[in-house]
Amino acid sequence: MHLRDVISKYGILFALIALILVAGILSPAFLKIQNIINIFWQISYIGIIAIGMTFIMIGGGIDLSVGSFMALMGALAIQTVNALGDTVGSVILSILITVAVGALLGAGSGFLVTKGRIPPFVVTLGAMAIYRSLVLNFANGGVYMSRSTKYSSIGMMRILELPVPMIVFLIYVIIASIILERTKFGRYVYAIGANETAALYSAINVDKIRIATYVIGGISVSISAILISSMMGSVSSSSTGNGFELDAIAAAVIGGTSLSGGKGKIVGTFLGALVLGVINNMLVMLNVAVYLQGLVKGLIIISAVFLQNFRRSE
Amino acid sequence: MKKVLVFVLVLLSLVTFAAAKYRIGVAIPAADHGWTGGMVWWAQYAIKQYAKDSTLEFTLVTAREPSEQVAQVQTLLAKGIDALVINPYESAPLTPICVEAFRKGVYTVIVDRGIESEEYNTYIAGDNYMYGYLAGKYIAEKLKGKGNIVIIEGIPSTINTERVQAFKDALKPYPNIKILAQQPGNWSRETAFQVMQTLLTKFPQIDAVWTGDDDMLQGVILALQQAKRDKNIVLVGGAGQKEILKMIMDGNPLVQIDFTYPPNMISTAINLAVMQLKGQNLNGFYQKGMPRKIILSTETITKENAKDYYFPDSVF
Repeated sequence: MHLRDVISKYGILFALIALILVAGILSPAFLKIQNIINIFWQISYIGIIAIGMTFIMIGGGIDLSVGSFMALMGALAIQTVNALGDTVGSVILSILITVAVGALLGAGSGFLVTKGRIPPFVVTLGAMAIYRSLVLNFANGGVYMSRSTKYSSIGMMRILELPVPMIVFLIYVIIASIILERTKFGRYVYAIGANETAALYSAINVDKIRIATYVIGGISVSISAILISSMMGSVSSSSTGNGFELDAIAAAVIGGTSLSGGKGKIVGTFLGALVLGVINNMLVMLNVAVYLQGLVKGLIIISAVFLQNFRRSE
Repeated sequence: MKKVLVFVLVLLSLVTFAAAKYRIGVAIPAADHGWTGGMVWWAQYAIKQYAKDSTLEFTLVTAREPSEQVAQVQTLLAKGIDALVINPYESAPLTPICVEAFRKGVYTVIVDRGIESEEYNTYIAGDNYMYGYLAGKYIAEKLKGKGNIVIIEGIPSTINTERVQAFKDALKPYPNIKILAQQPGNWSRETAFQVMQTLLTKFPQIDAVWTGDDDMLQGVILALQQAKRDKNIVLVGGAGQKEILKMIMDGNPLVQIDFTYPPNMISTAINLAVMQLKGQNLNGFYQKGMPRKIILSTETITKENAKDYYFPDSVF
């Protein structure tokens, strides 16, 4: 293998290591175990959503609704627990309901995209506006507060000193990579994204597979919503989830997922989310001036992707 | 059937035309964080107070960006309004349309964010300078002039810059107070939580935290609790959010003070427009006209007076 190929194949990993080295040298506190755990914790919400997004994008779609979708699911989970009372049973029930509704709404988007023949950009842009408006409406623009201490403790819980959101995220990464890279379903997802006509001719039920990717997206959003709303003990109808769609798409794209479908890996998205998390953490650690943060962030993102395209640009 | 429908429509329009003597348009930014959510709630609240007054008709619109707000105000003007109460999304882009309203004879009340022109009737706003200054002064005195502090500020904007500058002005007489870090929390609980988490890992000793508002303060409190460092620290937020006010009322040692930047200034602005249209003047004023510029004072909330600022029904 030529050096160029190595850089291209593992570009994102090199970018990540370079970032960590720079941050570690400029601010030794960056390398503290606690800080590394914090980074994994902080990226877990976006990361889980980005994994769902990866399925959708490989299948040739996109989901712009995830931010407001997450606020809606978080609000649903909180309101369900509040209505059912502060018991373990009601917490479990509320989690199940939230995941089920998330899957259903995801299926709805997928259905409109496939059977309704509406471009995914349009469907999910509409969904984004609808979900946010519903969240705002039910809370009158205010905050959904959890009255259940059992529910609010999930997001703050630790197992073996590791925060639960981080553990859920890592398990999610493993399960998702198995589904995408080791099953027939996974192969079909790549197939419909790479060449829809060819997939149709090989007797793949394109619509069904594509709807399934949106269902996975909806489930991912719900899990992320449960983690973040239980950790904060609240969902702000106006601000929770704002801009998450961009971060989730960015994580997937930085990790090598193609915007036009057919290409991508869960590990890539995982590393992409990690790059975003390291950048955000670094900006604070190094106390980068407020107005310049966007500049630094943008430059790093562009260079990370440039590294991966090294071979292709030759 | 058709005739009946037409008749009903004509009747309806007659009723609305006959009844509403004064039409007031209210244009504000949409709820994109806690405080703006509060302003939307208070606008609705003020309008509801006039529900039984058939001489008044309100139209409330909220915008997600400046161009949307310009379009909304254009629509309001086309519809015909007697007064416009507007919290401009941004100063420059909203200036021409506000001036147009003023020139058309619409009584124009500008709320909080000013426009780049003097062509309006009344301007009412909060005091951003004192909002930052009082917080700085309180922290400096509470720390007896010595300690390490952290600033978690709002979304980069002129309002935010003015507050942070004022905060630093208040610290000038205290050379032994050190600002360890100044980072944006974007007026969001989640972002402030993450930023504070990182800062706590970096700095072993933080004596005080000032956040641009109470939403972010809640994220900071969560990060402190999680790191078990929620002791011996001075915390100041701002704007009087109800959950923080509840903590102050209950005598929670973590937060003992708050400073107002009231979202219900929109309600006051709506009242000003109504009073003007009905020819009433301000109680205690010898002059007949409405004041041209009103800067509301930043009020200090402590355990003693917190109940006067606590509105459990409000969303903020």
